[in-house]
Amino acid sequence: MASANTSASATSSNLIPGATGDWELVIGLEVHAQVASNSKLFSGSSTQFGAEPNSHVSLVDAAMPGMLPVINKECVAQAIRTGLGLKAQINNRSIFDRKNYFYPDLPQGYQISQYKHPVVGEGEVEIDADGETMRVGIERLHLEQDAGKSLHDQHPDYSYVDLNRSGVALMEIVSKPDMRSSKQAQAYVTKLRTILRYLGTCDGDMEKGNLRADVNVSVRKPGGPLGTRCEIKNVNSIRFIGQAIEVEARRQIDIIEDGGTIDQETRLFDAAKGETRSMRSKEEAHDYRYFPDPDLLPLELTQAFVDDLKAHLPELPDEKRARFVKDFGLSVYDANVLVAERERADYFETVLGLVKDGKQNGKLAANWVINELLGRLNKEGQDIADSKITPQQIAGIVNLIASNAISGKIAKDLFEIVWTEGGDPAEIVDKRGMKQVTDTGAIEKAVDDIIAANPEKVEQAKAKPSMLGWFVGQVMKSTGGKANPAAVNDILKSKLGI
Amino acid sequence: MTDLTKLTLTEARDGLAKKTFTSTELTDAFIAAIDRANPAINACVMTTPEHARAQAKESDKRIAAGEAGLLEGLPLGNKDLFCTKGIRTTACSKILGNFIPQYESTVGQNLWNAGAVMLGKLNNDEFAMGSSNETSAFGNVVSPWRRNGKDGKPTTDKLVPGGSSGGSSAAVAADLCLAATATDTGGSIRQPAALTGTVGIKPTYGRCSRWGIVAFASSLDQAGPITKTVRDAALMLKVMASHDSKDTTSVDAPVPDYEAALSKGIKGLRIGVPKEYRVEGMSKEIEKLWDDGIAWLKAAGATIHDISLPHTKYALPAYYIVAPAEASSNLARYDGMRYGLRVPGDNLTDTYEKTRAEGFGKEVRRRILIGTYVLSAGYYDAYYLKAQKVRTLIKRDFDNAWANVDVVLTPTTPSPAFAFGEKTGDPLAMYLEDIFTVTVNMAGLPGMSVPAGLSSQGTPLGLQLIGKPFDEETLFRAAQAIEDAAGRFKAPGNWWMKG
Repeated sequence: MASANTSASATSSNLIPGATGDWELVIGLEVHAQVASNSKLFSGSSTQFGAEPNSHVSLVDAAMPGMLPVINKECVAQAIRTGLGLKAQINNRSIFDRKNYFYPDLPQGYQISQYKHPVVGEGEVEIDADGETMRVGIERLHLEQDAGKSLHDQHPDYSYVDLNRSGVALMEIVSKPDMRSSKQAQAYVTKLRTILRYLGTCDGDMEKGNLRADVNVSVRKPGGPLGTRCEIKNVNSIRFIGQAIEVEARRQIDIIEDGGTIDQETRLFDAAKGETRSMRSKEEAHDYRYFPDPDLLPLELTQAFVDDLKAHLPELPDEKRARFVKDFGLSVYDANVLVAERERADYFETVLGLVKDGKQNGKLAANWVINELLGRLNKEGQDIADSKITPQQIAGIVNLIASNAISGKIAKDLFEIVWTEGGDPAEIVDKRGMKQVTDTGAIEKAVDDIIAANPEKVEQAKAKPSMLGWFVGQVMKSTGGKANPAAVNDILKSKLGI
Repeated sequence: MTDLTKLTLTEARDGLAKKTFTSTELTDAFIAAIDRANPAINACVMTTPEHARAQAKESDKRIAAGEAGLLEGLPLGNKDLFCTKGIRTTACSKILGNFIPQYESTVGQNLWNAGAVMLGKLNNDEFAMGSSNETSAFGNVVSPWRRNGKDGKPTTDKLVPGGSSGGSSAAVAADLCLAATATDTGGSIRQPAALTGTVGIKPTYGRCSRWGIVAFASSLDQAGPITKTVRDAALMLKVMASHDSKDTTSVDAPVPDYEAALSKGIKGLRIGVPKEYRVEGMSKEIEKLWDDGIAWLKAAGATIHDISLPHTKYALPAYYIVAPAEASSNLARYDGMRYGLRVPGDNLTDTYEKTRAEGFGKEVRRRILIGTYVLSAGYYDAYYLKAQKVRTLIKRDFDNAWANVDVVLTPTTPSPAFAFGEKTGDPLAMYLEDIFTVTVNMAGLPGMSVPAGLSSQGTPLGLQLIGKPFDEETLFRAAQAIEDAAGRFKAPGNWWMKG
């Protein structure tokens, strides 16, 4: 496994100034990602979100006497796919343990989780943050059950429990403490989310709580020994992860600089107040009495099963980006924008498949997807998945540009029409006479007219060739923008003798 | 008509087949017997006469139609650890209150699918924790056996039927059902069988599904029957055993016709006699019983071999770590939140504490505390992990033994049935009841107890046969040889019958 030491040193830019000098942040994350699966980790109940409370609860989920867990193979496959996507070691033998504690939303009185022998071992994630590309090490990934949900707002005296989520499969993905700034932590979660969504192993929906993070934060003098860490539980947006780290780091620095010490504890982030609060101290920490679940045999995987999953793994963002750069001549920046969401990349590739000479026109197609389409969607607060403009329409516009049928400027007008009215771009161009004039005779006539009407400008242009732009503008104006700009340029240059 | 309740399971099966009597007649006879005997024996915690009669009626129709299953029309008792659909199941604990499962255990379903009739739910030690049936929330089960005093005359001392399947052993011994389901975590089938003159087999771990059986210690629990004869046990196990996709620890291997194996004899069978079971202070009568067993098997054509199972002495202490550890976790679900007893408290923690303090009996609380302790941070390695290592060594002892022998013969218990209260004050003395039986659970092997003689007090004693994994057939063959030589043992008289 490649080491993640590229991240271990802090650049001066991400040090935090304090009264006693600079401080370095050390961050590690435990991300809980809900496995995308139809049924729960150990029962056949549906995992569908938003159902009536307690409508997706089997006898096993409710921990009825004598009920036994049976592992859901698809959840295991999803965990392995994720492990492969994180370039991690797959452990062909792993063990489910019981984590014992009492709470009403935990019907068994224990959570089935992998403790000492997780299904996935060390791996890594490549991220871009603070102006550099770095690797964040993955410590492990294990499978576990989610708990149910306590509802405290349904009755004046009682709390209610909804067990729909009880037993749903989660992947806990534990990073190494490799991050040195909130930006890096955010970039890590963003990238992790992208990878999970590419793999289809977690929908990454943070609003529904399907992806949430426990953030471990400590501070130290640059290069010094590690400080005592605090764990901020259940942070459920990438923005909050950044904020929580910033305020927690500041809190710890202030305490240390005032002569205090950090207590190892679990804290909660209050986004409204912009602060973290103590939840429980180390002394109050549960003794979970982990031991191997005797109802479940060790999870044994055949290499063939793992190999088959590996062979059917989709292309992941890093590889896709490399291919976009290499095959279509895209800039790394543009490629990054496109691969950040699988839907974007897929959209782009669909467009490219419909564009004539797609390989040569990759850059053009990328520009249109990124600058026009994504730009517009962003402005309207929409997602590419909601785009009413189809890849066929974008490809139609790109084809018209590539074949010199329309100019870039006309193309923007065309996009506007397609956006507001819909329709086939080629038909619109035909019907509305938007086709570019490439007939040199017609262009020559327009050029001659402009030259004849503006003798003094002609003189000026001879002295100052950049005046050409003014002439181009005039010709385009007189042709209603339909003249082929390249042809206009050529003819003007020869007629003006510049 | 002869007393139908005196029949063995297989005799009754044959009688039904010959249409000597009907399942309804048979069932009515047992319902009447339970009515008369249960006040004294307390083997049944719930009787289900209507349910039984309805099943019997259906069985009679199927027998008439020539569609009889393997256990068609045969009335059985069902230990209250087995969940029964629509019928209260409590594991004889207050904490389950009036819990009525919406499901039938797989083993139970196998029996009913084969045509068996359920007479009711049988008493047991609370959550199967005990060796005397003195920890049940429904009170003690009284053995139909009585011991003789020093003068050789019968006493009226109330004797324990063994545990935890004390309701099963007493009901079978007192002719209150043809056979009964039972479970065995450390000896809970074999010890009560030995103490009541009945036959009990704990099959190989994984032979029967655990689905729908209230869990005590998941890695040790197995279901099995308690019956009047070896042949009856062979028939019962054939039906109870199955692979079950709902229990991933159940094993997908064909279930042989055990009854067919009984006639094969034991010529050339190699019997191992482990020296480590000759524990210090073992009574003369247990030693004699063991020697008798050796002689009978030898006479039937088996060869006898001294063997060593060197880690035997660590089995009991290791068992009393592993079993409570698993139990402490398995019983966490009884929290007063979703079903069973809830004793409201001032807040959540108070509710948990009050519910579990009132709901669990003393022995169950003791084991939960032991289990919680041995799994705690800082103690796990010294106790639980070490106990698991011992377990591996015990398994290895047997693996080594199987190179030279086919079956191991030992006594089932170190002493005969005792009276109520004689051991309740001393948990360690009670735990020693399991000294010969726990190794089998720790190694996951099949073990069987066969009645082999009477103690000086006139109460039954049993011999234990231990077999290779999934080789129950050989156990049945050896057990049949012992039964043929020793005969059957019935509690004298019928003092427990009222009216």
